[in-house]
Amino acid sequence: MNVLAACQPRTRNEMAARVARDIPEGWFVNLGIGAPLQVADHLPAEREVVFHSENGVLGMGPAPEPDRINRWLINAGKQYVTLRSGGSYMHHADSFGLIRGGHLDLCVLGAFQVAENGDLANWSTSENDSAPAVGGAMDLAAGARRVWVLMDHQTKSGESRLVRRCTYPLTALGVVKRIYTNLAVLDVTPDGFTVREMVEGLTLDALQKVTDAPLRMLD
Amino acid sequence: MINKIVQSMKQAMADIRDGAVVLLGGFGSIGQPNVLIDGLIENGAKDLTVVSNNAGVGRAGLALLLELGRVRKIICSYPRSAGSVVFEELYRAGKVALEVVPQGTMAERLRAAGAGIPAFFTPTGVGTKLAAGKEQREIAGRKYLLEEALAGDVALVEAWEADRWGNLIYRSSARNFNPVMATAAKLTIAQAQHIVDLGALDPEKIATPGIYVDRVLHVPYGEPTVT
Repeated sequence: MNVLAACQPRTRNEMAARVARDIPEGWFVNLGIGAPLQVADHLPAEREVVFHSENGVLGMGPAPEPDRINRWLINAGKQYVTLRSGGSYMHHADSFGLIRGGHLDLCVLGAFQVAENGDLANWSTSENDSAPAVGGAMDLAAGARRVWVLMDHQTKSGESRLVRRCTYPLTALGVVKRIYTNLAVLDVTPDGFTVREMVEGLTLDALQKVTDAPLRMLD
Repeated sequence: MINKIVQSMKQAMADIRDGAVVLLGGFGSIGQPNVLIDGLIENGAKDLTVVSNNAGVGRAGLALLLELGRVRKIICSYPRSAGSVVFEELYRAGKVALEVVPQGTMAERLRAAGAGIPAFFTPTGVGTKLAAGKEQREIAGRKYLLEEALAGDVALVEAWEADRWGNLIYRSSARNFNPVMATAAKLTIAQAQHIVDLGALDPEKIATPGIYVDRVLHVPYGEPTVT
């Protein structure tokens, strides 16, 4: 871990803010359960981005004030949310129709591992788990026009989450386009992982030391 | 005169047989036909196959139906969540079968059943362990899995407003699986918070036309809590 001593890794909140910077006005976006949901908090109010939730909400807004909760309105993470002006509701088949149909510009997901060919593993940590909860992860990964992943660069025990081949059960093949970690922003290209930027004080050599798959800098 | 409003739970639950495939609307506890599930428990039907996004939480509702040993198999996308203790116990003990289905595939299989489509190809799940045993085909350069329609004998759904023809309007995100499940079963039973006169529902807003609904029970239970 000494190789990282010279740099300040991004916090979850900073990672979410970094993703938000790259989302342009007009995109339709699904944010996965967990850390990706924080991305919405970092979009300036004047930039109109439309958030979708799998349970049939398009135009989702932030959490309500405690005294103004609509108890019939939750997101896919089962938290109370609001509906922005222009928002709409739909049933589950339509909600996943718009996902599979390629109508979402972007889905931001958490992950356990991403492989250098864009394979995604984010729903189960063991082949032996016979009752894993898949939810909408496979539909989102297969259907959104772009899949970006927000995750820590390494596991808590220091293993790289960016790998040559996923060892955890796959969610979808070759779908991840970009990864935002606490250390770097990387693209998945036909040539493997390409580093777009690193946190201040980090070198490519140091980043490579904590990454299983080979890295190259964006030209 | 067509009148699908029933006056009692007994009437609502009539003809639900052992071995039935039962579709349960709702996403978590929102839009869940909680009172009809209690009625199903009371009704006593067993050896059921339940199709539901979640596998129940706590010890009530679907979790109680499981705990009483009435469910042979559950088909869902998200069996494990905080509080799905009964499912966990039964599953570990081998007392309930499980089919995990991606959420969008589950919704589309239900939709297909209601729309006369026996099977369809979907990109979801290709290359994953959920593709095991499924036919795969490449169409225009992309791989797809063949998924079969999922029909129910009975659907239990929850609505905000209903009329005597069985037209239904839902509230906010409580719509979720309810409209698709209503189309996919031979017998669709709705619980509704409000019963209104025929003609009072705005035709532009009816999400489930009454053709799909067989019985409506007035259940003004108030607001749901997230579980």
